[in-house]
Amino acid sequence: MTTSSITAPAAVVTPRDTVPDPARQRRRRTLARWGFVAPAVVFMLLFFGYPLVRNVVMSFQHYTPKTFFTGRAPFNGTDNWSHVFRDALFGKALWHTLVFTAGSLLGQFCIGLALAVFFNRRFPLGGVLRSLILLPWLVPMVVSGVVWRRILDQDTGVLNSFLDTLGLPGHTPWLTDPGMALLSVILVNIWIGIPFNMVILYGGLQEIPRELYEAASLDGASAWRSFRSITLPMLRPVITVVLVLGFMSTVKILDLILALTDGGPADATQTLGTLTYQNSFVQLDFGAGAVVGNVLILISAVFAVLYLRANRTEGK
Amino acid sequence: MASRPSTASRRRWGSTIAGVIVLCVMLFPLYWMLNTALQPAAGLLRVAPVPHNLDLSGFSKALDDQGGHLLTSLVVSLGAVVICLAIAAPAAYGLARFGLRGTRTIVFGTLITQMVPGIVIANALYNTYVDLGLVNSYAGLMLADASLGIPFSIVLMRSFMVSIPGEVIEAAQVDGAGALRTFLRVVLPMSRNALITSGLFAFLFAWSDFMFALTLNTTDDVKPVTLGIYQYIGAHVGDWGSVMAASVLSAVPAAILLVVAQKYIAAGITGGSVK
Repeated sequence: MTTSSITAPAAVVTPRDTVPDPARQRRRRTLARWGFVAPAVVFMLLFFGYPLVRNVVMSFQHYTPKTFFTGRAPFNGTDNWSHVFRDALFGKALWHTLVFTAGSLLGQFCIGLALAVFFNRRFPLGGVLRSLILLPWLVPMVVSGVVWRRILDQDTGVLNSFLDTLGLPGHTPWLTDPGMALLSVILVNIWIGIPFNMVILYGGLQEIPRELYEAASLDGASAWRSFRSITLPMLRPVITVVLVLGFMSTVKILDLILALTDGGPADATQTLGTLTYQNSFVQLDFGAGAVVGNVLILISAVFAVLYLRANRTEGK
Repeated sequence: MASRPSTASRRRWGSTIAGVIVLCVMLFPLYWMLNTALQPAAGLLRVAPVPHNLDLSGFSKALDDQGGHLLTSLVVSLGAVVICLAIAAPAAYGLARFGLRGTRTIVFGTLITQMVPGIVIANALYNTYVDLGLVNSYAGLMLADASLGIPFSIVLMRSFMVSIPGEVIEAAQVDGAGALRTFLRVVLPMSRNALITSGLFAFLFAWSDFMFALTLNTTDDVKPVTLGIYQYIGAHVGDWGSVMAASVLSAVPAAILLVVAQKYIAAGITGGSVK
């Protein structure tokens, strides 16, 4: 920022005898410069800004399967909103979303941090092993979901046969029991999220000067003590970033749940994301879908504001 | 004293063994995917822990059924990468260097886009796509998939371009190069790494996309492999061998990129999110 604001005026002041009108020249240059940024701004307004506004409008419109032939979606006041809020499924989906997000973040973060600390030690092949662990994160999420669906199969899945050989209850209905399915989906999502958490936290750990640990161990601090008094405080900004990014990407997950359970059994894994999808693209009631989508955005926005405020007070 | 280095090195190799165990646990599901794919005869039965005889019929069936979808994925992803870089690279330069009024707002807006859930975008976009005739089109899906990479690429490349020494750019301008030529001849070549990283991630985001493929297509005209596999499990419940073979094939680009472009990927994850 500072460098560019210094170079820009300097370039303008350069005397150019051949140019008759410096003001016009400057205007042309500014215009040319906006030419670099404008396509991205227009794109983001179309693909992020416009959907936000459109969803609010849509939530007050009555969509039916016929809408796409007639092109008519009349306004119907707050009907969609009251309809969605009265449906018991909405409350369930909201609760599942919160449990899913909190559970996933907790698991991903704790295991990711443990692995980051582990890989922060230097040992042979550490770098190779660390980068191979990224693979689960790079595979398309739907594909991971499909693979886990096979692994968690009640009768022929490998997890149950493994538990069976250990003498543990080998007939667990991981994905088919309404009381079990949400937990299973969370566990799979933890598996998916570990690499991402690990890599970012590892990057943060690398920034912490090793001398701090040496000094602490000279003072006789235990490993746990230096983790609490050095690692955690120094890592705080990175931890915030990981958790915020994790929250935003977890709260809206759709792919994984559709691939694992399709929101079932008996709506046990229905979240705000899948409910938006069901309303809009299965039942073609885009008004109801928009209502749920707006709630989803609102949750993200509240979280973003809290995060920004926390950041600002920290900066002061 | 003499025994100290050997205990230390034994402890370090102990860490390596622990690391290998962690890796095996983390990668086991992917191994199982490959293992199941090589035992198509098992069907709905239990799958043996190791494929005893190599049976590639699952793969040939998967290629028959999903080969076209893999090609679609490739075309759509490459298109999305081109759109993404063409839009994000100039913007990143402009936001890093020009000091335009509103730069801060735009950068902030770029970060905030991460907050908008994809399904909300799809909800509104579908209706607009219907009006514009973009449903079931390659262009429509490429544009939507490009939106997955553009904010990330802008943030990543901008943080790189801020660090290009000002003298280099001024020197080009003194030589009489305009903004566009400076950008193409000086800035882009210097930003090669950031450009590659952004392109790789834009590719992976588009390749992994499922939501836009699912929502912006109503026919089979443009069907990427993620959607193909999802519909496969609905239709071929007993045929896990070929479902898994298709899954393996869809994971190949990720695996190749991880091996070939390892350093870019680790740099991208940290650079794109922390900066």
